[in-house]
Amino acid sequence: MSFDVDNIRKDFPILQREVNGYPLVYLDNAATSQKPQAVIDAIVAYYSHYNANIHRGVHTLSQEATDAYEQARQKIQQHFHIGKPEEVIFTSGTTHGINLVANGFASLLKTGDELLVSAMEHHSNIVPWQMLCEKTGATLKVIPMNLSGELEMDVFNTLLTEKTKLVFVNHVSNALGTINPVEEIIQKAHAFGAAVLVDGAQSCAHIRPDLTAWDVDFFVTSAHKMCGPTGVGMLYGKKEWLNLLPPYQGGGEMIKEVSFEKTTYAELPHKFEAGTPNIAGGIAFGAAIDYLSKIGFEEIARYENELLDYASKQLLSIEGLKIYGTAENKTSVISFNIDGIHPYDIGTIVDKLGIAVRTGHHCAQPIMDYFKIPGTVRASFAFYNTREEVDRLVAAVKRAKNMLS
Amino acid sequence: MTLEAIQEDLIDEFSLFDDWMDKYEHLIELGKSLPLIDAKLKTEDRLIKGCQSKVWLNAALDHGKVVFTADSDAIITKGIIAVLVRVFSNQSPEDIVEANTRFIDEIGLKEHLSPTRANGLVSMIKQMKLYAVAFQAQLKNE
Repeated sequence: MSFDVDNIRKDFPILQREVNGYPLVYLDNAATSQKPQAVIDAIVAYYSHYNANIHRGVHTLSQEATDAYEQARQKIQQHFHIGKPEEVIFTSGTTHGINLVANGFASLLKTGDELLVSAMEHHSNIVPWQMLCEKTGATLKVIPMNLSGELEMDVFNTLLTEKTKLVFVNHVSNALGTINPVEEIIQKAHAFGAAVLVDGAQSCAHIRPDLTAWDVDFFVTSAHKMCGPTGVGMLYGKKEWLNLLPPYQGGGEMIKEVSFEKTTYAELPHKFEAGTPNIAGGIAFGAAIDYLSKIGFEEIARYENELLDYASKQLLSIEGLKIYGTAENKTSVISFNIDGIHPYDIGTIVDKLGIAVRTGHHCAQPIMDYFKIPGTVRASFAFYNTREEVDRLVAAVKRAKNMLS
Repeated sequence: MTLEAIQEDLIDEFSLFDDWMDKYEHLIELGKSLPLIDAKLKTEDRLIKGCQSKVWLNAALDHGKVVFTADSDAIITKGIIAVLVRVFSNQSPEDIVEANTRFIDEIGLKEHLSPTRANGLVSMIKQMKLYAVAFQAQLKNE
C-alpha cells in the first residue's frame, strides 16, 4: 500500500474541524495523538453491543467482552514482540506503569544501591524513582547530555558499577525528540547486573520496538500517544521480574483466594490488574495497533522524517530561531525559541491562526534548566500532517515574530 | 477616575478593533508601555503562581489608595497585567475588593479566564484582590 496522506487524513474526523476560523493544524502530537474512526468505532461498538464486566461472568456478553479484551492483549504482545501474553500488563498509562515498577522495587533495594536516570526524562520518569530512593536509601545518579541533546555515553559507562541496580531512560525524549541508544544501554547495564526500564511513551507512534531482541526488563507506554484512547497503557515486564515484584494495588481481579487470615494472589498478568479495568480502552488500544500496522511503521517513519527535514529547514530560515534538540537520530519533534520572544507569546498568536503547538517546559524542567531557558515552543508532527501544514506553521511563526518583536 | 469609569474607557478603547490581530497588537503595545518595575521588586514572593510565563506583582498603599506595579517576561501576559494595573491601581481597597470584572468579557479577553489557560489571568485578579483585602484590614486597624 502506498502512503497517501490525503486519504489517511480522511480517517481522522477531528482534522476536518476549524479553530478560530482556520482549518485546524494539529502539531501537538507528542502530547497526544488524534484518533482515527476505527478506534472511535471500537469504543462505540463495545458500549453499544457487548458492554459487560470481564473475566468473571458466564453470560455471553461477558465472554465476548473478555475475548475482545484478551485479543487486544495479544495484539499488544505481537506488536511489541513480547514472548508471553501474561507479560503484558494493562495500565492506565505510562506513569502508572513506572509507579508500579518503582513501588515493586521498594522491597528489593537497600542503602548504597544506585539508580541511573537520563538527563532528558519526563517528570514521570524522575519523580517515582526519587520517591523510591527516599524510601530505600538508594541514590539517584544522572546520565548527562550534550548540547545537541544526546546522552553522553562515555559518562554512562563510568557511572555504571556493581552498585547500579536499575537504569531508566526514555526511548525518545518528549521535549527534544532524541532517539536514545536503548539497546546499547540495556546491554551495558546487564553486564553489571542492573535492570533497565525503557519509557516508550514518545516512541511508539513512530517506531515499532522489538522488546525480545532488546532484552529489556521493563517497557512502558500509553495508548493515547499512538492513536489509541486516553487512560490506558501497557507495562511489559520479563516474567521473572513480574513474579518477583509484589502487587501494586489490592482488590478484585488480582486475587486467587481471599480469607481474613490470608490472601493469595492471582497469576500474571492479573496480579497487577486490580479492579475492573478500562475495558473499552484496552480493546480500542488493540484497534489503534491494527490501524497503525495497516499503514506500516516503515512508511510512517519515512514520511515523518521527510516532514521533519522540511519543517526544520523552513523554520531555521526564520532569523533568530533556534532549535533545541539536534540529535542525529530523532523523531519528528521540533522544540524552538526565537531570540527575545517568550514561547508563550508565540504559542498564543499561532493558536489564533488555528495552529496547535505546545509551549512551556513540557514536564521536563531539568532539560530547560540545562539550556537555561523558561521553555520552548514545540511542534510535534504525525504521519497525518502535511507540508502545507508546515508552511502554515512557518507563516504563523513569522507573523507572531513580527507582532512580538 | 473611578474604577467603573476606567472599565468603560477600556471597553470603548477595545471596541475599536474587530479583528483579533489588532486587539492583540494593542495588548502588546499596552504591555510595552507598562512602566518598568524596580529590579529588586522582582522576587520569588512577588511571583504569581499558575502562569506559564513569569508575572511579578507589587502592591503598596499610598494615601489610602493601592498602587500596583507589575512585570512579565512574556509580552502578551504583560499586556494583560497592564490592563489590570490600569483598572485596579490607585483605587481604594474597598473598591478593588468589590469590583466586578465584566470588562474582561467585553474587551474579548474572556478566553484567558478559563482555568486551563496557563497565563493565569484568574490568579492575577485574585492576587490583586487579596492585596486589597490585606490593606483593608490594615486600614481598619490603624
